[in-house]
Amino acid sequence: MRNIATGPRRWSVPPGTRSRAARYLAAGAVATLVLGVTTACGSGEDPTASADQQELADGEALSITTFGEFGYDALIEEWNEANPDLQVEQTKVSLWDDWKNELNTLLQANDGLPDVVAIEGDFMPALVAAPDRWVDLSQDEVEGRWLDFKVEAATTPDGELLGYATDAGPEAICYRADLFKKAGLPTDREEVTALMTTWDDYFELGEQYVQKVPGSKWYDASGSIAQAMLNQVAFPFEQADNTVDVENDELKQVYETVAANTDKLSTRAAQWSDDWTAGFKSDGFATIPCPGWMRSNIKANTGEPAPKGVVWDIADVFPGGGGNWGGSYLAIPKSSPHHAEALEFITWITAPEQQLKIFESLGNFPSQVEALEDPQLLKTKDPYFNNAPAGEIFSNRAAAIEVQPYHGPLYSDILGKFQDAINRVDQGTDPDKSWETFVSEVESLQ
Amino acid sequence: MSTQHRTAGDTATAESPAGGAPAPRRTDEGRERARLVRRQRRSRWDLKLSPYLYVSPFFVLFALVGLYPLLYTGYLSLFDWNRAYYVRGEFVGLDNYQFVLTDPVFQKSLVNTFSIFLMSSVPQVILAVTIAALLDNHVRGRAFWRMSVLLPFVVAPTAVALIFGSLFADQYGVVNGFLKELGLEPIRWHVDRWWSHFAISGMVNWRWTGYNALIFLAAMQAVPRDLYEAAAIDGAGRVRQFLSVTLPMIRPTMIFVIITSTIGGLQIFTEPRLFDDTPNREGGPDHQYMTSTLYIYVKGIEDQFYGRASAAAWVLFLVIVAIAVLNYLVTRYATLRSSR
Repeated sequence: MRNIATGPRRWSVPPGTRSRAARYLAAGAVATLVLGVTTACGSGEDPTASADQQELADGEALSITTFGEFGYDALIEEWNEANPDLQVEQTKVSLWDDWKNELNTLLQANDGLPDVVAIEGDFMPALVAAPDRWVDLSQDEVEGRWLDFKVEAATTPDGELLGYATDAGPEAICYRADLFKKAGLPTDREEVTALMTTWDDYFELGEQYVQKVPGSKWYDASGSIAQAMLNQVAFPFEQADNTVDVENDELKQVYETVAANTDKLSTRAAQWSDDWTAGFKSDGFATIPCPGWMRSNIKANTGEPAPKGVVWDIADVFPGGGGNWGGSYLAIPKSSPHHAEALEFITWITAPEQQLKIFESLGNFPSQVEALEDPQLLKTKDPYFNNAPAGEIFSNRAAAIEVQPYHGPLYSDILGKFQDAINRVDQGTDPDKSWETFVSEVESLQ
Repeated sequence: MSTQHRTAGDTATAESPAGGAPAPRRTDEGRERARLVRRQRRSRWDLKLSPYLYVSPFFVLFALVGLYPLLYTGYLSLFDWNRAYYVRGEFVGLDNYQFVLTDPVFQKSLVNTFSIFLMSSVPQVILAVTIAALLDNHVRGRAFWRMSVLLPFVVAPTAVALIFGSLFADQYGVVNGFLKELGLEPIRWHVDRWWSHFAISGMVNWRWTGYNALIFLAAMQAVPRDLYEAAAIDGAGRVRQFLSVTLPMIRPTMIFVIITSTIGGLQIFTEPRLFDDTPNREGGPDHQYMTSTLYIYVKGIEDQFYGRASAAAWVLFLVIVAIAVLNYLVTRYATLRSSR
């Protein structure tokens, strides 16, 4: 962090004694060095060219980096046992935002990328905007494997498929039945479902709740409600031709609704922050927008087994219709020297059978058509969530999705700024002022 | 070594004309002479070049990891950036500088940088001198006390940030819990601009005070003890001795510590980045504690504008150079005045 100046403070040789030649020599040496290094690093290799393909060396493993919890540990173990010649090694990064930064750095350097890269769905458009850096993964074997919208989001205008979808994130509402009871609200799944069909109903119920249970809030974070509502907007940030338009009425509506409810209903904690995590345990809030994969976060943050008296449940409803939050992809960068091996592996691990196992163990909801129709999946119940029929609920939620928001290449970046805007309001900044900052920050992204 | 060579050479030159020797011998002699000349030349090169070779490892390394990135950053700052492919775009002249200098976020980050720098470096130096003065006395278990002031320095900054993060959490933090116990209003550490600077400076101070104290201590131990005896005979008390003997004697060390902690203080990065608990980690959602180095990181790595990040890096570099020169002038002026 600190540079401590070493070396003499002043040249001790009086001027004139160093010969002119020596000075030229020194200058020349520095110039050569600088030029040499510049050409060595500056030009680099062409990032759009495929790396020379090589067989895996002895003891070398295919590398894959995932973020959050993909549920791959057991599956990779299974794969490694069955394929002694094609070992796979997983690196896990805890947060997508951190992995995104690292990924950006690696893409920048075009060096050190793993053979398989996990990509958050929101970032997929950035890959589609730069298709020449990624391996085209289309093959007959995976034709029709996924839900249409998952494939479309990973397909370039030229028809190249850049990512294999892992899971999807159809959203339900997870709620604390014990806190509902405390507030005198109905606790039964079906009754709760009926009370939350529109956002207005949802917020109104929240007002009732916070009056009865002071000290607790209605939802986990303003950010997650904003995200949920955003996922029901057809063109949230960018128009179909990728021009950025954040001052559209629908987005403003989302922003204003969330901002207006912040005071009464939100914990005001930023999603994924320490305070947010602590809120699960300390009865900080009663409801949370709940894609399939959120269940593992709820379990981890609340504690498993649940602390005494805590009852989580899932309502088969999402205000304002359906919505999809998250769901990731696996992609292969052209810089990997093992395209064929990587393709073989991701074809296997994104197959319906494997995703079903992940759903069983972790709750990440599959995006594979065959898996969605699987009778076993439909029968799955989640004991942690009061034995809610999770398989059936999330299938219904997937079917309820009507709007697939358009995501342009800047979606992920603008979303970050939008979350900042919501967090500012959480922290007490005037909503109008925060919105102005948001608009100017989006401008500086272009 | 070189003297011997020269003598040998001189002898050779002196002998040759006197001989009037036959042809074959002359060729031999000529060969011998050429050899000696070569040796002499080599030794002259040796004399001239060796010192440079001895110091070269530092300068070669500096050129590689200091000068080259500096120049290349300057070069990149003149170009646009292709965000999709992560490659250099078109030449845009000084556009990036214009963007950075007019960007309110950058201006905010500069103010934050100076605020955090002042809140950390000033108390840090004062505290470090005080601790060093206390440790310079005969205390029991000297080695123990001296080691323990260095302990925070050994802890990785990431760990420091984690510890301070749970101390200064807004809703469920230890400090706020304590304040509530006392019946005081909890402080919103991550929200209020100046309090967040206070918390971050706390991390910086916690880590660096002991390190600086040890440097001061080393300087204080080098102060001749008879000066204190003389001062004591003249009737100076402890405080007077400290002010009139210790402080003037450790002035060069003082300058060193002030300059290094200035440079360090203007480059604070890890602490504010890890203090932030929002997913973007851009120094708070309102950038209320985003330092300039963090701005560079956000522009370069998160937003993928390498040109703008490079321009910001150069602006920060020039600011630091300006402050360092100012520091130098002030201390030189102070030294000159006091030596008169």
